[in-house]
Amino acid sequence: MTALLDVKALTVEFATRRGTVQAVKTVDLEVAKGETVGIVGESGSGKSVTSYAVMRILDRAGRIAGGSVAFSGLDLKGATEAQMTDIRGREISMIFQNPRMALNPIRKVGRQIEDVLRRHAQAGSMDARAKAIEMLEQVKIARPEERYHAYPFELSGGMCQRIVIALALACRPQLLIADEPTTGLDVTTQKAVMDLVTELTRARGMSTILITHDLGLAAAYCDKVVVMKKGEVVETAAARDVFAAPKHDYTQKLMCATPRPGSTLRGLLPAEVAAAPNPPAAVSGEVLLKVQNLVKEYPRQGVTKSGAQMFGRGAAQEPEKPFRAVDGISFEIRRGESLGLVGESGCGKSTTSMMVMRLLDPTSGNITLGGDDIGAIQAKSFASSPHRRRIQMVFQDPTDSLNPRFTASRAIADPLMRMGALKGAGAVRARCEQLANLVGLPLDLLDRFPHQMSGGQKARVGIARAIALDPELVILDEPTAALDVSVQAVVLNLLDDLKAKLGMSYLFVSHDLHVVRLLCDRVIVMRQGAIVEQGSSQDVLEAPKADYTRELISAIPHPPG
Amino acid sequence: MSAIDASATPSPAVSEAPARPATGLSATLGHARYVVTENPVTGFAFALFAVILLAAILGPALAPYDPLASDTAAALQPPSAAHWFGTDQVGRDIFSRVLVATRLDLVIAVSSVALVFALGGFAGICAGFYGGWTDRLISRVSDTIMAFPLFVLAMGIVAALGNTVTNIVIATAIVNFPLYQRIARAEANVRRDAGFVQAARLTGNSEMRILLCQILPNIMPIMAVQMSLTMGYAILNAAGLSFIGLGVKPPTPEWGIMVAEGAGYIISGEWWIALFPGLALMISVFCFNLLGDGLRDIIDPQRRT
Amino acid sequence: MLRATLKRLVTIVPTLIGVVVVTFLLTRVLPGDPAAYFAGPTADAASIEQIRKSLGLDQSLPQQFLRYLGDLARGDLGNALSTGQPVLKEIASRLPASAELTLSALALSILIAVPLGILAAVKEGSWIDHLCRVVTTAGVSLPVFFTGVLFVCIFYYRLGWAPAPVGRLDLYSVAPPHVTGFFLIDSLLAGDFDTFRATVAQLILPASTMALFALAPIARMTRASMLSVLSSEFIRTARASGLNSRTVILRYAFRNAMLPVVTTLGMVFSFLLGANVLVEKVFAWPGIGSFAVEALIQSDYAPVQGFVLAMALLYVALNLMIDLAYGVIDPRVRLEA
Repeated sequence: MTALLDVKALTVEFATRRGTVQAVKTVDLEVAKGETVGIVGESGSGKSVTSYAVMRILDRAGRIAGGSVAFSGLDLKGATEAQMTDIRGREISMIFQNPRMALNPIRKVGRQIEDVLRRHAQAGSMDARAKAIEMLEQVKIARPEERYHAYPFELSGGMCQRIVIALALACRPQLLIADEPTTGLDVTTQKAVMDLVTELTRARGMSTILITHDLGLAAAYCDKVVVMKKGEVVETAAARDVFAAPKHDYTQKLMCATPRPGSTLRGLLPAEVAAAPNPPAAVSGEVLLKVQNLVKEYPRQGVTKSGAQMFGRGAAQEPEKPFRAVDGISFEIRRGESLGLVGESGCGKSTTSMMVMRLLDPTSGNITLGGDDIGAIQAKSFASSPHRRRIQMVFQDPTDSLNPRFTASRAIADPLMRMGALKGAGAVRARCEQLANLVGLPLDLLDRFPHQMSGGQKARVGIARAIALDPELVILDEPTAALDVSVQAVVLNLLDDLKAKLGMSYLFVSHDLHVVRLLCDRVIVMRQGAIVEQGSSQDVLEAPKADYTRELISAIPHPPG
Repeated sequence: MSAIDASATPSPAVSEAPARPATGLSATLGHARYVVTENPVTGFAFALFAVILLAAILGPALAPYDPLASDTAAALQPPSAAHWFGTDQVGRDIFSRVLVATRLDLVIAVSSVALVFALGGFAGICAGFYGGWTDRLISRVSDTIMAFPLFVLAMGIVAALGNTVTNIVIATAIVNFPLYQRIARAEANVRRDAGFVQAARLTGNSEMRILLCQILPNIMPIMAVQMSLTMGYAILNAAGLSFIGLGVKPPTPEWGIMVAEGAGYIISGEWWIALFPGLALMISVFCFNLLGDGLRDIIDPQRRT
Repeated sequence: MLRATLKRLVTIVPTLIGVVVVTFLLTRVLPGDPAAYFAGPTADAASIEQIRKSLGLDQSLPQQFLRYLGDLARGDLGNALSTGQPVLKEIASRLPASAELTLSALALSILIAVPLGILAAVKEGSWIDHLCRVVTTAGVSLPVFFTGVLFVCIFYYRLGWAPAPVGRLDLYSVAPPHVTGFFLIDSLLAGDFDTFRATVAQLILPASTMALFALAPIARMTRASMLSVLSSEFIRTARASGLNSRTVILRYAFRNAMLPVVTTLGMVFSFLLGANVLVEKVFAWPGIGSFAVEALIQSDYAPVQGFVLAMALLYVALNLMIDLAYGVIDPRVRLEA
């Protein structure tokens, strides 16, 4: 079988301020006709750059420094730009992550498909529109005639990704490169999009390159997997071999760091660093947090900034029914327990956590912490309440949650100086170092600024800050969503250790059921502001009662074994 | 710029732990040195700024002639060894006048920019951070000012308040108010619910404290760049007003008024009267604009490693 | 679309109220005696007193404001001392001269700045990019009145290419019959090509002076927004689907890049209307700017007041047009309403 795409010793360089950086080093890649090849790697592994080099759409600073790229016997590296524009879209096409941004925001989606069809002479002025609508139909967009006239901002993320797929497949190319096509989409949408891609490419006998950070996704959809690390290929093998018996250390590490059914927290870490598992934390019967009939409503339309609002009050349209982001939910967290709050975007889980955190005032309902009615205190004045120190939070994006102008020690010291009883700079510093040791942050990093630290290090700073005042309840808002899986494994273990050591309770907000299961005793599944199902993590994952939970679980791709 | 690049193409592998654990001040100085040496234009702008500053401080001491002393015998002389920039219609030395005027023009610009920086910056941060009625009220003030062509409003204000240098400063500050207010508002607004601000709320900081300790330091650099850029505009604005006879009164040496005086002699061929003060004006505005661009590079964290 | 337009129209109401209040306040914060100001420097005590009565300055502030509103509604902006004519009439008769100058300058600067900005962005780092940078930095640094003086010096005095800066027409030409007030259009309508040529000759220097000033922000914004659009993800998609660079640049990038440029036009108009005053003075252009400057020199306050108000109304109207144009280009604004 001759390869459709044959990449040999590809090297890509970027000119940066600190000199030339090799983003891709002597990479070999073969894609046979009809084959689906996954390129898997963590951020900075050069997986996307490889595909951009194949398409020759590297930005100005990047250039192919060596190697060869052959497509159906044609030398893509040496091809002229005119030849390349003929090949792009007709022979090889691409779909991208963040589909909404991948479409021209001010051109009707149908017209965008037409542009590609007409460019590659697949349609003339007479039949372009019909063909575009036919493509919309093929990617299973309901009411295609109507959607033809839609602008990207009028469509959902999943719908936009279908349009991008229609765009990519319109001219029946032989090879499709999908660059993180489902990142940022909800799991159920993710599955629908991937199934659609598979169905369409199979039907056309196309080859596919799937670029992803998610081993599970690669396992579920690929014939062959190429694992990349820091610009180099570390392992290439048939998908089932890679997952059954990963040869390279890095692949093994990646494999075990990926949460899947049956994996344990300690199992995520490489064998040599994993300590004995924590004994199950003693969950006392005492209720720490009690939430009753919590409701948060928002007005239908965002507050408009127009002057009309300011002067011509009442002249506006009739009041519509407010939107209920959180629709009367109740739950409890006991001392020493960790509770997972799971749902897709827009289900109200973040709004709930912000209200429990007392950063947002609920429309109605009660929140009590250890018997104290903290829901009655306004969010605005909660900062000066003695209860403030009892609930803390670890944020989703470690970069965003650190002030770029504060050093790590200043960030950790902030709660100590504001609410701690410590006197003197020496005592604060000593406590900072103690906390740094606790979260495994090297002491010499304490004087660094956020931009001088890695994602994992920043996450540790955020955790140290949250536990500085020995809070009773810590809210974890997708604390690992922005991290690579190997870092995620370490951070999850750290959180579990800290809980055992310090006896805190966790409210863990996440979209990923498998991650939640590892850390939480109980799980709540939310949808459209309401609780769909709750129970022990094991019960909910292994014997889900609600259809929605079942759908969620089945949509998560995971590596076999 | 770099942020956009990074999103367009995945950036090459970034090492996990940067090698240089530089601390705040030395890192900033090092970066400033880098920017100045990397971009010679910025270095040039800084040098030029130093010259202008010197002229403003030492101008009266350095001037070879009394800028106000007329000498009708030596009127309308072209540039020569005795009078480098020539003499005007009543025989005053133009070089001395241009040199001495530096201080006045710079003082007008600096004080108006300082005034608007304090007022506009504070109002904008409050509007962006507190939102609601504070925001609407402050933004309404800005909108009303913005409803006028700025120079025309400045004319109206000076005409109404009275024809003095102080009023030129006030008018220039007022017309620049919306610019500062809007920038500060936008910057404060995007940070209002940023992770680190939420985190500061959790650690018991009052809203006022968050505003001063968390938000303000992050906005200052952007405002500093803006200051340098508006400085040029402030000089132009003040000179424009005195060109049409508002503010500074003759015979006080001021660049705008000197161009106005010289304009009438252009047609009869005495070009030097208007040219040299005009050039001085142009060069100083040019310098502040270059400086602003250079400062932007220095504070841009994307360009800093 | 209609709803969005109506909604935008409503938003100018508070702006107009603000403009009227500010212009009213400008007359009342006059240091000293406003009546003395309005009467002019040569008036005696009796006539000042009479002016005070006729202006209603002896009444309370709210009463004065109502009176001011009433005057505005009747189009009464007071009389100009120098000519004795109503200010409104003066402004109306001089407005076409200013409008012709400003619009020519704007058209000229857009015609040069937009292609320059696009080329600079597409060929980033090339000589045209450097040219663009020089032009934009120089453009914002040049005091517009100084450029005007310099142009007169070079093109009239030294080279003799341009006619003397004496207004809209040289001494030998006769103004075309009044139709629109724009000499360029009126002379063409009358079929008088000599006058048209004379008008163009007079217009070139002042229009170029202002255009050079307006060029900088437009070119700068075009370049910056074109650069950011070109590196955006949908352009990458367009390139990855094989669209050729002409389609990508003109159909995909250009239209998106124009959105911030259209927004910048508001600021450019603000600059131009201000620069207009200075340029009219340099070139003895008989527009409303030079009318206001003359009045300023004579401490004749009513014309200045009327001028500020007229400029503000003009500017509000221009901004309204810009916003509506924006709505036509950007579907997101159109459909939000």
